[in-house]
Amino acid sequence: MKGYVSSIESFSALDGPGARSVIFLQGCPLRCFYCHNPETWEAKGGKLLESSEIINKVSRNIKFIKKNGGVTVSGGEPTMQIDFLRELLQGFKALGLHTAIDTSGYVSIEDIKKVVEFTDLFIVDIKHIDSDVCEKITGNNNESMFALLKYLEDERKDVWLRSVLLPGLTDSEEYIADISSYVQSLSNVQRFELLPCHDLAANKYKDLGLNNRLSEYAKYDIKTLQKIKVRYNELLGEKVVI
Amino acid sequence: MFKEWQGLNKGPWSETIDVRDFIMSNYTPYDEDERFLLGPSAKTMTLWEKCEDLLKKEASSGGVLAIDTDRVAKINSHEPGFIDRENEVILGLQTDEPLKRGVNLYGGLRMAKDACSAYGQKLNPDIDRFFSEHRKTHNDGVFSVYSEEIKLLRKHRLLTGLPDGYGRGRIIGDYRRVALYGVDYLISNKKEDIKHITEMNEETIRMREEVYEQIKALEDLKVMASSYGFDVSRPAENAREAVQWLYLAYLGVVKEQNGAAMSIGRNTAFLDIFIERDIKNNLITESEAQELIDQFIIKLRMVRELRTPDYNLLFAGDPLWITEVLGGMNLDGNHMVTKTTYRFLNSLSNLGTAPEPNMTILWSEKLPECFKRYCSKLSIRTSALQYENDDLMRDYYGDDYGIACCVSGMRVGKEMQFFGARCNIAKLLLVALNGGQEELQGIQVLPKTTVYPAKVLDYNEVYARFQDYLDNLCKHYVNTMNIIHYMHDKYDYERLEMSLHDSDVKRYMAFGIAGLSVLVDSLSAIKHAKVTPIFKDGLIVDFEIDGSYPAYGNDDDRADIIAKDIVELTIKTLKKYKTYRDSEHTLSVLTITSNVEYGKYTGNTPDGRRAKTPFAPGANPYNGRDTSGAIASMNSVCKIPYSSCRDGISYTVTLTPTLLGKEEDQRKEILTGLLDGYFQSYGHHINVNVLHRDNLLDAMENPDKYPNLTIRVSGYAVKFNSLTREQQLDVINRTFHGRL
Repeated sequence: MKGYVSSIESFSALDGPGARSVIFLQGCPLRCFYCHNPETWEAKGGKLLESSEIINKVSRNIKFIKKNGGVTVSGGEPTMQIDFLRELLQGFKALGLHTAIDTSGYVSIEDIKKVVEFTDLFIVDIKHIDSDVCEKITGNNNESMFALLKYLEDERKDVWLRSVLLPGLTDSEEYIADISSYVQSLSNVQRFELLPCHDLAANKYKDLGLNNRLSEYAKYDIKTLQKIKVRYNELLGEKVVI
Repeated sequence: MFKEWQGLNKGPWSETIDVRDFIMSNYTPYDEDERFLLGPSAKTMTLWEKCEDLLKKEASSGGVLAIDTDRVAKINSHEPGFIDRENEVILGLQTDEPLKRGVNLYGGLRMAKDACSAYGQKLNPDIDRFFSEHRKTHNDGVFSVYSEEIKLLRKHRLLTGLPDGYGRGRIIGDYRRVALYGVDYLISNKKEDIKHITEMNEETIRMREEVYEQIKALEDLKVMASSYGFDVSRPAENAREAVQWLYLAYLGVVKEQNGAAMSIGRNTAFLDIFIERDIKNNLITESEAQELIDQFIIKLRMVRELRTPDYNLLFAGDPLWITEVLGGMNLDGNHMVTKTTYRFLNSLSNLGTAPEPNMTILWSEKLPECFKRYCSKLSIRTSALQYENDDLMRDYYGDDYGIACCVSGMRVGKEMQFFGARCNIAKLLLVALNGGQEELQGIQVLPKTTVYPAKVLDYNEVYARFQDYLDNLCKHYVNTMNIIHYMHDKYDYERLEMSLHDSDVKRYMAFGIAGLSVLVDSLSAIKHAKVTPIFKDGLIVDFEIDGSYPAYGNDDDRADIIAKDIVELTIKTLKKYKTYRDSEHTLSVLTITSNVEYGKYTGNTPDGRRAKTPFAPGANPYNGRDTSGAIASMNSVCKIPYSSCRDGISYTVTLTPTLLGKEEDQRKEILTGLLDGYFQSYGHHINVNVLHRDNLLDAMENPDKYPNLTIRVSGYAVKFNSLTREQQLDVINRTFHGRL
C-alpha cells in the first residue's frame, strides 16, 4: 500500500544501534513545542510512496546496515499510518534487517499489536512523567505512553527510552529522581538517552511560517550537562547516554 | 648469498630480485591492537621541534624557505645536509640545508625560472645561458611537436594540467631493493638484462641507453650514500640500515626528479622483517624501532620540490604525494598488517597530524577488526587517512602493489605509468552543443558542425553529439600524451627511479576526466526535465531548466547509470587510439584540487551550475545535491565500475563527528562499518574527513589557531591553511553529511 513519507535518510548512527537507514513518516498527533521536525506534522504532507518502493530503496543499503545496524521508522508519529508501517516493517524483516520504531507512545495497544512481531526495538520518547505537564508540552496526556511501555514489558520487547532535556521542565533534581525510579522499575530498558534541547531547527520553523516556541529556551552548557549526566549515572548506571 | 641475510628464510628471492617473495617468506602478520605502541623518543622530540620551527619559518616566508639557484639539482649536486646531527637517526637531505629547494631543469627551463622569480630569486645566469644554448628540455621538446589543434585544446582548457612543463611523476621506484640487495647486485642484474639484446633497432637501442643511464644513477647513489658515511653497495644488515638505505634510495630520486607525485610504495611489512629480526636478537628495543620510523617520517615530511604558483592552483598545498600503502591482504589470504604498519600510523600521534606521507589504507573485509578500528580512530582524530579497496585491486595488481599519487595502482618495481592529467568533459558537452566552439569566447576548438538549434534539448541528439566530440577529443588527447611521454623519456628520464624497476617494465597510460558529476547531472536534466538553450550572439551561453531531475549522488539509477555509461564510453573511445610504447590505456575520475580551476574555465551548464563555479572533486556528487545521506551518496559512487576506471575513482566524504555517534567507541565502530559497506559495494577509494563546518569557517578567519588542521581533498591531504581562499570556500561548500 501507499503511505505519506516525509523523507528517507540513508545513514544515521543516532536512531538506534549501529548504522541505520531511517524512514520519516508524515503525521503526528502531538505538537511538542520543541519539535525538530515540524515538516512532518501534516498527515497528508510529504510524498505518497508505495511500501515496496521504500523497502527496495533500503535494501540497497544492506551492506552498510545489516551487520550491526538496521532500519528505523520515525516521524512524525509512525504509528499514525499503522498498516503502512506494518508493511514496511514486515518487508525489512524479510530482508533480515534489525528493525526499530521511534514513537512518542501516543498509540493504542490494539494498533501496536499489528507491528509488534516485526519490530525488534521500540524507541520511546518520554515527554514528561507528569500527565498535566505532558499535556502542556505536547498537547496530550501521557496515559497511552505508559500503557505502551507496560505492554512492551509484558511482551519482553527491547526498549530504548528518550528524554528531551528542557530547562526547568525535565532537568530538576526531583524530576531526575522520579523518572529514574520509573525507568528502574522496567525490566526491558536497555538504554536511556538524554537529548539536550537545541535551537537548530529554527530555520525550519521560519521556512514553514510556524511560531518557534523553543527560541526562548537557553542552550545547555557542557558543565550543566555533565552534572545532569553524572546524576543520572548514579541512579541508572551505564545505560544513560547523552 | 649475502652475510647480511642471516636469520632470514631463503627462497626464490635469494636467487633473483623478488622483493615480494622475500616479504611473503619472512613477514609476521600482527593480529592485535595498538596497545604496544610507544611515544616519541627524546631524540625524535628534539629533532621534530627543530623541524617545526623550520616549517613555521617556511610558512611565514610565503611557502618557500630557500632556493639554491646556483646548482642544477642532481643526486650528487649538494654536500651532505643535516638538521640536527646529534638527534638525527636517519640521515640525508635533498640539498645541504633543510627545506632548501634545489632547481630541476630538465623538465623545463622556463618553469624553473618562473618558480625562482615567484619567490623573489633568480636562476644563476650562467646556468640559464648554458641550458638555453646547449640543453633542450622536456618542455622544449613537447612544444616543438604539439599541433595547432592540441595547443588550442590546451589553451581553452579542454585538456588541463598536462605534465608538459613539469615532471610527470607517478612512478614508484622499488626502494626496498636497495636495502635488500645492495646497489652492486642491482647493477650486475641490470648489466645482465641487456646482455642478451643483440639486434639493434629503435626499441632495443633506446632500452640499452636507458639501462645504461640507470646504472650510472645507481653508481651516483652509492657516491651520495657514502657522503653520509654509508656503504649501500651491500645489503642493509639491520633495521636501522634498512630504513636508511631505503630512504637514501628515495632521497636520490627526489633530489633530481621533480615529479608531480613521488610515492614511496609499500614498505611496512618489508621493514617489519628487519625490525622484528633485530628485536628478536635484542639489538633494538620497541622504543628504538618507533624512533626509526618516526625519524624516517620526519625526513619524508621535509622533502620539497620547487614549483610555480600556477602549479599550486591545480595541486594545492605543495604536495609531494609521498604515498605509502598500509595493510591489505596477500594472495594466500593472510593480512599484511604488521607491527610496523601500526608504528607508521603511530607517527600521526607522535609527531602530530601532517599531510605527508600520504597514508593510504588498503582495506579488505578480512583485515583484523582491531586494525580497522585503529584506522577509524585516527581518521576521526586527524582526517589524514585515505582508504582504497584492496579486495578490488588485488585481482589486478597482486599483493605487492603501491599507489602512485592518490589512486593509481601499480605493481611495485614492475609497472609504471605515463601520467595524463585530465580532460574536462563537462566543458566538452558545451563545446558539443556549440558545434565545436568553446562556450566562453566562441573559439572553434574542435571540428565545426552546427550549433544546437533553439528548441528543447533532446537527450538522444545531445548524447550523439557528445559522443562525436568525445571521439575527436580523445584522438587529440592520446596524441598529446604520446608526445609528452616521448619527450619526457627523451629529455627528463627518471633514471634512478627506473633503475629500481625490472628492465622489461609494464606501462600504463593514465587518462583522466574532470567534471563527471556536472556532466551527469546535465544529461539527467536534459533527459528528465525540460532544458532549453539560451543564446547570445549565436552561441549557447546558458540554459532554462523547467522541472526537476534526479541528481547523481542519491542512489537513483536514473542519474547514476549515466555516470557508468560515460566512463565506459570514455575508456572505449580512448582505446581506439594507439599509445606510445604500447602502454595500456587507463582512466581516472580524480581532480585533486583542480576542480576549482576547471570550473573557473567552464560556462553555465545544463544542470543549473553557474559559470566559473567549482566542479565537485573527483567522482563526488555535485556539492549539496546528494541529499539522501552518506550511504546513498556512496552507493551512487560505487556504481562507477573500476574495470573501466583502472586508474582510480576518487571520492571524498565529509562527516560531522556527531553524525557518527555520541561516543568515541561508537564512532569508531560506525566509521568502520561505513568503510566495510563502501568497499563491499565495490567502492574504490574514499577520503574520510571528520570535521565540523564551523571549525573550517573559524580556521579561515583565524589560521593561527589551526596550524596543523589537515583535511583530505581529492586523493591527498593538505594543510587547510595552505589552500587559496577560493579552494577553502570550495571545501566548506561541499556536502557535509550531518544531522540536526
